[in-house]
Amino acid sequence: MTTTRRAAVLGGNRIPFARQFGPYAEASNQDMLTAALEGLVARHGLAGERVGEVVAGAVIKHSRDFNLTREAVLGSSLAADTPAYDIQQACGTGLEATILVANKIALGQADSGIAGGVDSASDAPIVVPERLRRKLLRLNRAKSPAERARAALAIRPTDLGIQVPAATEPRTGMSMGEHMAVTAARWGVTREAQDELALASHHHLAAAYERGFFDDLMTPYLGLTRDQNLRPDSTIEKLASLRTAFGTGLEATMTAGNSTPLSDGASAVLLGSAEWAETHGLKPLAWFVDGETAAVDYLSGDEGLLMAPAYAVSRMLARQGMSLQDFDLYEIHEAFASTVLSTLKAWEDPEFCRDRLGLDAPLGAIDRARLNVNGSSLAAGHPFAATGGRIVATLAKLLHEKGSGARGLVSVCAAGGQGVVAILEAA
Amino acid sequence: MARSDAYTAFVNRGLGQKLAATLGLPQPVPLRRHTPGAPPADGPVLVGGHGDTPAVAALRAGLTAAGVTLTETVPEGTRLGGVVVDLTAAATPADLESLRATLAPALKRLGRCARVVVVGRHPAHASSVAERAARRALEGITRSVGKELRAGATANLVLVTEGAETAALGAVVFLLSGRSAYVDGQVFRVGTADVPADASDPERPLAGKVAVVTGAARGIGADIARTLGRDGATVVCVDVPAAGASLAAVANEVGGTALQVDVTGHDAGARIAEHARTRHGGLHVVVHNAGITRDKLLANTDADRWASVLEVNLLSILRMNEALLAPDGLRDGGRVVLVSSIAGIAGNRGQSSYAASKAGVIGLVDGYAADEDLAARGITVNAVAPGFIETEMTARIPLANREIGRRLNSLAQGGLPVDVAETIAFFAADAQAAVSGTVVRVCGQSLLGA
Repeated sequence: MTTTRRAAVLGGNRIPFARQFGPYAEASNQDMLTAALEGLVARHGLAGERVGEVVAGAVIKHSRDFNLTREAVLGSSLAADTPAYDIQQACGTGLEATILVANKIALGQADSGIAGGVDSASDAPIVVPERLRRKLLRLNRAKSPAERARAALAIRPTDLGIQVPAATEPRTGMSMGEHMAVTAARWGVTREAQDELALASHHHLAAAYERGFFDDLMTPYLGLTRDQNLRPDSTIEKLASLRTAFGTGLEATMTAGNSTPLSDGASAVLLGSAEWAETHGLKPLAWFVDGETAAVDYLSGDEGLLMAPAYAVSRMLARQGMSLQDFDLYEIHEAFASTVLSTLKAWEDPEFCRDRLGLDAPLGAIDRARLNVNGSSLAAGHPFAATGGRIVATLAKLLHEKGSGARGLVSVCAAGGQGVVAILEAA
Repeated sequence: MARSDAYTAFVNRGLGQKLAATLGLPQPVPLRRHTPGAPPADGPVLVGGHGDTPAVAALRAGLTAAGVTLTETVPEGTRLGGVVVDLTAAATPADLESLRATLAPALKRLGRCARVVVVGRHPAHASSVAERAARRALEGITRSVGKELRAGATANLVLVTEGAETAALGAVVFLLSGRSAYVDGQVFRVGTADVPADASDPERPLAGKVAVVTGAARGIGADIARTLGRDGATVVCVDVPAAGASLAAVANEVGGTALQVDVTGHDAGARIAEHARTRHGGLHVVVHNAGITRDKLLANTDADRWASVLEVNLLSILRMNEALLAPDGLRDGGRVVLVSSIAGIAGNRGQSSYAASKAGVIGLVDGYAADEDLAARGITVNAVAPGFIETEMTARIPLANREIGRRLNSLAQGGLPVDVAETIAFFAADAQAAVSGTVVRVCGQSLLGA
């Protein structure tokens, strides 16, 4: 295939995001992903249709869910001959799925596709300690009664217990928040700036609901019609009164209010070629322009865990011959308010841009009025793999409202020191 | 969909059957409803009437083509699926004897869920007082026969215009069929508009049509979507965003699309029209079904409660229709079907606001049907007025009231949502080009407001 074509974002759907142990406490990833797909299918009239490919994933996953996305497709109204596969790139899963689907469409390998993601922090798999797991496997392998007895007797009361998964980096043993606190301190991000960003997120998201923005982007689920974490009446005083959750002493600026809560939810985005859209009576909202991923060495302490998007954006801009100011809208995932603020500071910092990004001049400041204009994860919540789909659908519709040619930048940080970024342009 | 109430189940089996017969209790039977592929009538249909029966003559070929077996005499040893009595030639009340002579022997030979269809002419078009009296008398006869019939049988009257009898074919076939299971004691007024000759697949009369159904997430609206979809239409299912989960399920079930729009929004009509145009290439059928109740005695009703019912059930329809009936909205030959209610005809204690809105809907039908511009575009406007229908809403009525509501009709049972949907699908078909400005009750001939 030598020529490429443009892939369009045609629409999206998500279920409202719930807080951990909220209304979706007993919903599985498969339940939620199926619900997100069903809403997308209904909105776009795809019942019984074969879609080129469905790509989705979850960060916290049961081993039985090895074929999560395909199982969700089979439980949906899509034609049963719609193929699907799972991916996982931590919080970048949803956006990476979008890039993969868009690329196949661009290459002509697919005419349409659905990118999505789901995560449940409530219906989490329970894991037994590694030592017990090994002993149980040995017991399972045992053939003779004597072997079985030996294997069974090897299990000690002290082996028993369960491990609940946590948002902890396996190689550092530090939580994501603890990592972020280090970066926030390094960039001198203040508590006030973080609380302001969090407050704006809540107010912007509430305003978007008020104007019916999500009427064609969301399908209620299990009685929830809005993101459960949203606090429309939050105030700067309320946020300022919260105790710090990460960091120590003067460097402790991060609270539950300016960090995302553990959440449950799912999202899905419909993509297609212009021709496929035309034959299905669908209007492209935005074109997928480019995507980039980056990773940083956070282990050595050389770079902050969640700073990879700063690098990815720089590389993508260079490839596109664009400047950071060439965008009408910016969607920077609010893992923590300080993630967004550290990234913005880095782009404005001459030293960082010269030494780390290899640029002659800093990428510079952005117009903050164009940042997360309909709120982001601090207000909506952040079911890890579902966030990318939420952002892509929201941005595509926002760009479409602005009119043809409007451009938007997406930036999502991910565990493991990774970052996934992309550019959309209004169709 | 085949929900049956416990009493009906009880009196249709062994002991219950004997008990009900002995005590003279109501004996509802499971109604015959449409199953794809089944012929319209369940058995031969006797045709007869007064004089040279011009309506039967005009309809004979069409009825036969629709799969109805016609007979001139009551056959021995078999039950009749129905009777079509043609009194269009009746000139004076004395001519009504022909109806008695045809119908009386036939009534004893009717099968289960048989149909009596009386065909007459519009009283207003009569050329003499005597003729007018004879024509008006048919309504009284039909309603009385409806009450006399047992075992799920119904009686309805079809009024046709001289020279345009064939336009009534759709109505007569509908009334003979299982699609009209809960339509009883009604008058169907058929005008003179040309009915497209094209005989579409009788199982998919709405093939190629795009239909919008508001309030489609549940209850009667969901069954309207299912029935229109079954009849071949592409259905745009509309409901408030908060009902999106069940709306999506209905839309996916019928292979349509879900549109989350609050019908009271200022741009609801434009959004629906735009969706139908861009997604499906046009709009042929609009069913305004969305409705709410905020029941309270008028003495205790505040302005907000009052306004919300009028807003959703009546004002929103007016506002949406500005866009939906605009030249780039509903296609020529399009269909508008409204949902009134028996409460809008009979009134109901504690339902002043609801009755206001549902009576207002009848006013809309009258007003739109008189609109010459709509008529020139071939757009018809009709309404159904459901009686007691078994829905989640009526399931919440206290048991005693619910039982009374259910039994106070000639069929001694509540209707199903699909019964309302079938009549809406009837109005929506091309074959009903000559049916406009009518309100048909789907009430099993309820005693209320009759």
